Amino acid sequence: MSDVVLSIKDVTKRFGDREVLKGVSLDLHSHEVVALIGHSGSGKSTLLRCANLLEPVSSGEISLFGQILQNPNIDDDAVRRHIGMVFQSFNLFPHLSVLDNVMLGPVHSLKESKDSARERAMALLERIGLANRAAEFPDRLSGGQQQRVAIVRSLAMQPSLLLLDEVTSALDPTLVGEVLDLLRDLARGGTTMLIATHEMAFAREVAHQIVFLDQGVLVEKGTPDQIFTNPTQEATRKFLERI
Amino acid sequence: MSQSADAGSSEIPNLLLPPRRRWLSGRRAIIASSLSSVLLLGGIIAVLYLAPGGAMVRGAFFDPHSMWQAFVGDPNKGLSSVGKGLLTNAWMFVAAEALVLFFGLLLAWVRLSHSPVLFPFRVLSTMYTDVFRGVPILLVIFVVGFGVPALQLGAVSNQSPAVYGVAALTITYSAYVAEVFRAGIYSVPQGQLLAARSLGLAHSTTMRRVILPQAIRTVIPPLLNDFISLQKDTALVSTLGAIEATRAAQIYASTEFNFSSYTVASLLFLALTIPLTRFTDRLIAKDRNKRLASA
Repeated sequence: MSDVVLSIKDVTKRFGDREVLKGVSLDLHSHEVVALIGHSGSGKSTLLRCANLLEPVSSGEISLFGQILQNPNIDDDAVRRHIGMVFQSFNLFPHLSVLDNVMLGPVHSLKESKDSARERAMALLERIGLANRAAEFPDRLSGGQQQRVAIVRSLAMQPSLLLLDEVTSALDPTLVGEVLDLLRDLARGGTTMLIATHEMAFAREVAHQIVFLDQGVLVEKGTPDQIFTNPTQEATRKFLERI
Repeated sequence: MSQSADAGSSEIPNLLLPPRRRWLSGRRAIIASSLSSVLLLGGIIAVLYLAPGGAMVRGAFFDPHSMWQAFVGDPNKGLSSVGKGLLTNAWMFVAAEALVLFFGLLLAWVRLSHSPVLFPFRVLSTMYTDVFRGVPILLVIFVVGFGVPALQLGAVSNQSPAVYGVAALTITYSAYVAEVFRAGIYSVPQGQLLAARSLGLAHSTTMRRVILPQAIRTVIPPLLNDFISLQKDTALVSTLGAIEATRAAQIYASTEFNFSSYTVASLLFLALTIPLTRFTDRLIAKDRNKRLASA
């Protein structure tokens, strides 16, 4: 756990006068799972979006494998090929079948052959138990199934790390479990992940590091035990009491 | 008695329709709808037969013999066939629609592009839509139809009026359709763009594979609207001297002093637009079923 995959240095992000991130620094190592916790609007999603360049940072630097992404010669698309992202609202492509959703990235972004992409996509769908629904369209699936397909869609790119933006927040409580099970499975397999979440028990269980954000400020980070049993900051304590 | 959901509430609520609305319920609704249709149609026919000028209007607009004669035409009397004229309309709008789809999409694409190289084209395409949605189509037809031949540019200036008509229709309708496409592209949720880009897809691939296929589905009804309008506007090309259905009907009317030719032209236009509408409806329904049905 020494090689840094993603390094965020003193990143700020402003939308007009509103400062959403105020000098956040954070390292993500290979095979490490980091959980971002904090109130809604604390800047968790914005940080994730900045990390794969869906939002430009206002100041500071983000580097992937030591290469600074704010360098104008960086190919944003190449960066995103190495960083998978899963969204709160799934964002599956409704006009494509489940299989085509998973194949789209490998075929049109990695320029992989259709046959090999299909084979890998089917293997991934097999893994989440949805191979028999491959030909169906996303509208037919439950929320939990859709989110698992979305996770597998980003895995099909064989990314170096996964960004997960409150991926269970839009789900029925009864469907949260299946998605968390898959993430647990990935964590066990050594997938590097940065997870924004409100599922505290889950964060405590799978994360190596917990990061608490409050109003754009990184208030505290530490091991799950430190943060959950012995937070040093007043704001962290208050947040954990409230939930 | 309380109206609450108390388990002990014993009053049975009255669920029946008020008496004055009962005569429209169930099977009686079908009788009522047939009756009102018959009354409406009968009313129109009655007016045509009972009005003091009824017989004259019937003879002038609905005379079967004149209608047939206008439809087939009569070269000996110098009468063009309205049916043949319609073929001119048909090829004009088919050509114009294909071109409009291409240029409309191109304009919308350029307008929504981010490439710095395309900056001047972005400005131009914005100006283009502003100008050509604002200028009456008849003026565009005149400018193209009389202006381009006057340029004396060899083959370009030697085309038939119908070709200039197609060009003018394409110029104007591309501006409308570009806006329809733009609205359709904006209607696709932002999350789709984010998801596609986060897979490392380039902007153009995202547009082609993710955004446009969804945008086009939403855009089909308004697009159809513009196309129907375009089909009818092919009649305006008659002002350049193209003998299309309306012009043929006009020639008939002024030669034979009978307006039945206009009725024929109207019916022929309807015969073109109504099937197109039904066809598109079926296309939309089929696509919807495909997405909602289990495999």
